[in-house]
Amino acid sequence: MSLTRQDVEKIAHLARLAITEREMPVYVTSLSSIVNFVDELSSIDTGNVVPMAHPLDGQHQRLRPDTVSESDHHEKYQANAPRVQAGLYVVPRVIE
Amino acid sequence: MLHNLSIGELADRLAEKRVSSVELTRHFLARIERLNPGLNAVITVTAERALASAAAADARIAAGERGRLLGIPLIHKDIFCTDGVRTSCGSRMLDNFIAPYDATVVTRLERAGAVMLGKANMDEFAMGSSNETSYYGPVRNPWDTSKVPGGSSGGSAAASAARLAAYSTGTDTGGSIRQPAALTGLTGVKPTYGRVSRYGMIAFASSLDQAGVLCRSAADAAEVLKVMAGFDPKDSTSVDVPVPDYPALLDTPLRGLKIGLLREFFEGLESRNAALIQEALKVLKALGAETLEVSLPHLPLSVPTYYVVAPAECSSNLSRYDGVRFGYRCEAPKDLMDLYKRSRGEGFGAEVKRRIMTGTYVLSAGYFDAYYLKAQKVRRLITDDFRAAFDQVDLVAGPTTPTPAFAIGAKIDDPVTMYLNDIYTIGANLAGLPGLSTPCGFVDGLPLGLQLCGPHFSEAKLLSAAHHYQRATDWHLRAPGGYE
Repeated sequence: MSLTRQDVEKIAHLARLAITEREMPVYVTSLSSIVNFVDELSSIDTGNVVPMAHPLDGQHQRLRPDTVSESDHHEKYQANAPRVQAGLYVVPRVIE
Repeated sequence: MLHNLSIGELADRLAEKRVSSVELTRHFLARIERLNPGLNAVITVTAERALASAAAADARIAAGERGRLLGIPLIHKDIFCTDGVRTSCGSRMLDNFIAPYDATVVTRLERAGAVMLGKANMDEFAMGSSNETSYYGPVRNPWDTSKVPGGSSGGSAAASAARLAAYSTGTDTGGSIRQPAALTGLTGVKPTYGRVSRYGMIAFASSLDQAGVLCRSAADAAEVLKVMAGFDPKDSTSVDVPVPDYPALLDTPLRGLKIGLLREFFEGLESRNAALIQEALKVLKALGAETLEVSLPHLPLSVPTYYVVAPAECSSNLSRYDGVRFGYRCEAPKDLMDLYKRSRGEGFGAEVKRRIMTGTYVLSAGYFDAYYLKAQKVRRLITDDFRAAFDQVDLVAGPTTPTPAFAIGAKIDDPVTMYLNDIYTIGANLAGLPGLSTPCGFVDGLPLGLQLCGPHFSEAKLLSAAHHYQRATDWHLRAPGGYE
């Protein structure tokens, strides 16, 4: 199966990626070839197989006690932010 | 020369005070300055910090402390967060990112006295098999600088092979340690999923990612892995299983070790590559191992399975790069949607965007069952095949890669061809198994690797088998011309 330009535009929107006019035909072609390639899986009989989400059997995500284990690092962390004001991340206006 | 010595030899010289860590560090820093411009393996050199760590290591040695990694220089893949040092993950997105904390791998090695010389180039966000997707440009293979070093840990591989450090760290999601190790003549170890902490290791595909090492011998790898491995409460998938004394177990006799030859790996394998693997297996047999053929019928499905599972996880993991909290932000966004889309569109390179979109597609409404769920089911079939094989044999063996290093530019425009490079390595990631690549000969002057893979937590067996093999052969001792 091959993807159309409209398919790729929709995927790019869902992924929040701006794709330029120059990139678009490359992605239409390469994503189609990848989808075709992985389509091989559809011919495999997996009737009663339980999907595998974790590579180690019997391992579960651990929980930890809900206690404070970190100190406040917000200044250090926000040093990496593109725009910060009064300890807040600044983005373009969302609500008019 | 100092840079050709093993970790054990360096540790002895440091302990005997025949060389200081500061001298050793200066020696490697000088090599980086002289040789790295031709390789582009190291993208950040932390000379000042290295010399300070070296001086601290010398003080510890003077105070009577001994440690196999104490005072010995290494290079970290730039996927590991290093407090106060740029951690780019090979991406424009993180070109300006100064990590605010250390990865557990970095902390553990630093505590053991390891000296970080700098950060290695890599495929962007570890997505690639040639180190050509890096924002910082391709890495060159020291064995032939017109060839790729493999990827995604291509900078780590080139740096260790060119003796720019005693060893380097890497990560392996689909072969990213073993494949570059094979293409540069190194011993690369991808441990069991959960064996080494992923805390502070920038995420690509969380059910597959695992940290490991690229060394010049199995004995060196045993020393480093012993320090890197172990339970970490900061990684929710870290496994609380005691770490064996890998170096002490290297000499465990091979007698009676059953090695399975993966039938599927030899079908269609280029004859000169196949001959080297067969030759290596003869050596292991002469050392006391038994070999028998085993079949993993679903293994040929590992590449399509991986290219559903890994992009799906990547599309989720990389959604954190939003241009708001850290990383690249586009100029003059007109609204929030424009900020997200252009920051991500401009901050990510072509292959990363391709994987994010593949993942978004396979997870999107109407396709989830057909692709993602299907792939997770096939993943179990592949894992069950391995389990059945390990009822018959202790380890399985085969080639690490289909071919030796290929030319820079040869495959970069054809993603599916590039993806097939990892055909022999991906199975271990899907099943969470440990894998190792050891040098086993040359084709047209370029190194090739023998891959060994075992059940969960069988690293000691893999290292021991490789160590015995390396005592009987000298492929791992060869150095690329100009870097001896």
